[in-house]
Formats: sequence, C-alpha cells, structure tokens
Amino acid sequence: MVSLMPLQRSNHRWLMLFENDIAALWITLRLALITALALLMVGTPLAWWLANSRWRYKAVIEAAVALPLVLPPTVIGFYLLVAMGPDGPIGQFTNWLGVRPLAFSFTGLVLGSVVYSLPFVVQPLQSTFSGIGRAPLEVAATLGARPLDRFLTIVVPLSRSGYLTAAVLGFAHTLGEFGVVLMIGGNIPGQTQVLSIAIYDHVESLEYASAHWLAGSLLVFSFFLLLIVYGLNRRFDMVKV
Amino acid sequence: MTLLFLGCGTGHLQAAEVVVAVASNFTPTLEKLAPEFERSSGHAVTIVSGATGRHYAQIVNGAPYDVLLAADAEVTARLEEEGRAVTGSRAVYATGRLSLWSRTPDYVDAQGAVLADGDFRRLSIANPRLAPYGKAAVEVLTALGQYERLSPRLVQGENIAQAYQFVDSGNAELGLVAYSQVLENGAAGSHWLVPENLHAPLTQELIVLKDSAPAREFVAYLLQPSTLALIAASGYGVPHAAAAVEP
Repeated sequence: MVSLMPLQRSNHRWLMLFENDIAALWITLRLALITALALLMVGTPLAWWLANSRWRYKAVIEAAVALPLVLPPTVIGFYLLVAMGPDGPIGQFTNWLGVRPLAFSFTGLVLGSVVYSLPFVVQPLQSTFSGIGRAPLEVAATLGARPLDRFLTIVVPLSRSGYLTAAVLGFAHTLGEFGVVLMIGGNIPGQTQVLSIAIYDHVESLEYASAHWLAGSLLVFSFFLLLIVYGLNRRFDMVKV
Repeated sequence: MTLLFLGCGTGHLQAAEVVVAVASNFTPTLEKLAPEFERSSGHAVTIVSGATGRHYAQIVNGAPYDVLLAADAEVTARLEEEGRAVTGSRAVYATGRLSLWSRTPDYVDAQGAVLADGDFRRLSIANPRLAPYGKAAVEVLTALGQYERLSPRLVQGENIAQAYQFVDSGNAELGLVAYSQVLENGAAGSHWLVPENLHAPLTQELIVLKDSAPAREFVAYLLQPSTLALIAASGYGVPHAAAAVEP
C-alpha cells in the first residue's frame, strides 16, 4: 500500500503532461489554419503584384519576401520580440491602439507565423499567376469584365492548383515552426505552447516516450497532408508546382 | 595558437585544447575567467554553452567534451554513476542565487513585496521542468504563497538566458533570473536578491569527462581561491566561503 503513493503521483503527472500535449496539438492546428488563411489573403495581392509588376526595383521586394527562407527562425523571432517590446515599433503601435502587447499571445504567434511562412505561400502563387499570362485577362477586359471580376472568375479558377499548394505549404510549414515561437511564445501551456516546443521539452527532460508519441503523430500527419497535395495536384494536373 | 604556443614559458611540452560544456547561466562568467587560464597555461579553452539536460544527451551520444560545468548536481552524479565521467572528479564550483529583476528603476522593492501587490502583467521564469533556476523560481513563489495566484502571469524561457531576455526586451515587467545576470548588466533597473532559504540550494557541480592533464589543470584553476573570488564577485556563492563558515 505504501508503494501506491508514488505510483499515483507519477500517473497524475503523466496525465497532466498528456493534457498539455493535447492542448499543444490543438493550438498548433489552430495556429497553422489561421496563419494559412491570413497568408492567402495577404499573399494573393502581393503575389499578383510580383507576377505582373514591371517596377525597376521589384527584386528588392522579392528578396525581402524570400528572406524567411534563409534567415534562422530564431533571428526572425528575436527581431519580433524586440519589435513587440514597449520600445519597439510594434509595441508602440499596440500601445497607441490601446490593445494588449503581442508577445506571449496567440495573436503574436499568428503574426510571427505569417512572417515566417510568407515565402511558402507567395512563391507558388506568384509562379502560378505568371503561368496564366495576360492573354485570358485581356480577352475578358475586351468583353467588359471589371478588374476584380476578371480576377475572381478567371485567375482564381485557373490557379486552383497553385492555391492548393500555397495553402498546404503555408499550413504545413507553420506546423513545424519552432524558433520563432520559442522566442516570442513564452511557452504558456494552453495558450502559446505549440507541438514542436512540447516535443523539445520532452526530449530535454529525457521523457523520450512522450517525445516519440508526439513526434510520430506529427510525422504521420505531415506526410499524409503532403500526400494529399501531391495526389490532388496530379489529378488536377493543370499547373506544375 | 602558434603565438600562444611560442609565448608559453611555463614548461608545458605542448598547448592543448580543453573543451568545456557549460550551463548557460555560467557562460558569461566563464568567458571572463577563461582568458587568464589560457594565458597562464598556454592551453586553449573552447566553450560550449547550453542547457545541462541537452549537454547530458550529447555526452551520452559521444560529444567530445573534456569538462562539464553543470547547472545542478544531478546530471554530474548521473554521469559518474553511469561511468561516463572520471570517478571522484565531481566538485561544487558555484552556488546560484536568484534575483527578482525589473529593468524599471525603483519598481522592485527590497523585500520583493511587488510580487504580492504589483500590477505587472508578466513574470518571466526559466522552464521549471528543464532549468534548475526555473525550479527554484517556482519554489520561491510557492514559499511566498503566490504561485497559484501568479501562475496565469508566468511566461517561461527555455533557459535562464531566455527568461532574462524576456525582461530585458521589456516584454515581461518582472523576472526571476540569475543574480549573476543582473550583475553582468551593471545592476540596471531594480532587483531583489532572493533569500536562499526560499528555495533548495542551486548547487552547480563540475565533472571531468575525459581525463587529461589540461582538463585537470583547468579544474584546478577554476577551484583555486583567486578564481573562486572572481566567481563570487560575479554573483554566485562559492564552496570555500561556505567551508569557511562551517569549520
């Protein structure tokens, strides 16, 4: 009977960790979904402009969009953390608006993820838009279609495959995000503790069983997600990724 | 390297490299201590900074470290038990002190009462599951009867360096950080040195992983009274001071 006590305690601890893991899984999925949707909204006009602009210095914007591909995520995270602080531009802006600071909040994570995953959404959209060319739009224009109408009825349907790729890459890349969240998240269970951080914590505290469980789920899930994209893309077979 | 070798007149046959894995809280202090050892011994010191738990995992997987300066006394005991280190080479080199710190002057009072009645939004600590300083921070909050009330306001850094960074960047108003970090920054802002009876001792042990003359020289240098005095000045308790108190 004496030996029951530590056993119960360790069960309780295990259960608590398990609950945290489920919360981390849910936050990660929510973060990835919201980030992907936000990126499609921000990325569409940006990619359209990049695909069609003849501005001399367009390369500057293209380089800036591609930066998250090469920068270590911790660099992005560190700059965001400083920018979100009371002396930083984002911190001063939120202060001026009278809203809560963004660091250590879910909203802050969404902002960080949008920056971090930007090229993964903009680049497939840009290449799809470039592939469509101007001809179909000019035909529609001569038939009297307005710009927004032209975009929604011609460009979007023709870019279906590009949108699917962009959405899934934006979603999947955010799923695996680590460095940015590490810097600006504050690791709050149920609010900013995402899956990759939970896995990292398990490994660091030598809880290899929990780490395997989570890492394995993420691996299988990500694989099937990508499988769906590539499978669907073959079926549509309209635009090369 | 060549210059060091040529300039070394202390009778060593050759200059060697000592690879030291060090807990992130002690890194700034070690960076100040290492040059003097390099000058006097002619050996080069390579510092690998990180979390002690991660260093343990790396050592188990064959990391080429000569000495580990751990953040606790558990990992060193474990390495010795498992036969991954030189038996009998464990020694306390520092005892960590916690400090409640804000970068705002006059915000933290001399008794730490701000924890009970302050209007702060965020209190930064190191992850208590990973970092000894984080565990001690939770013990302090519990001892003060504030843990339940303040836990929604806690943000966690992966290590004490990140917990400090959250306060330094102004994103958290308060943090329970290492006293050595506060001193490192010239004690800017305001702080309260947390009494040691509010948490279990933050005993930091070193252990020799690969026996060699340079590794032993490095440990001897670190534990000599003049070096310990420098460690004490950096904001740590040191073993000889403790030994002097209890005869």
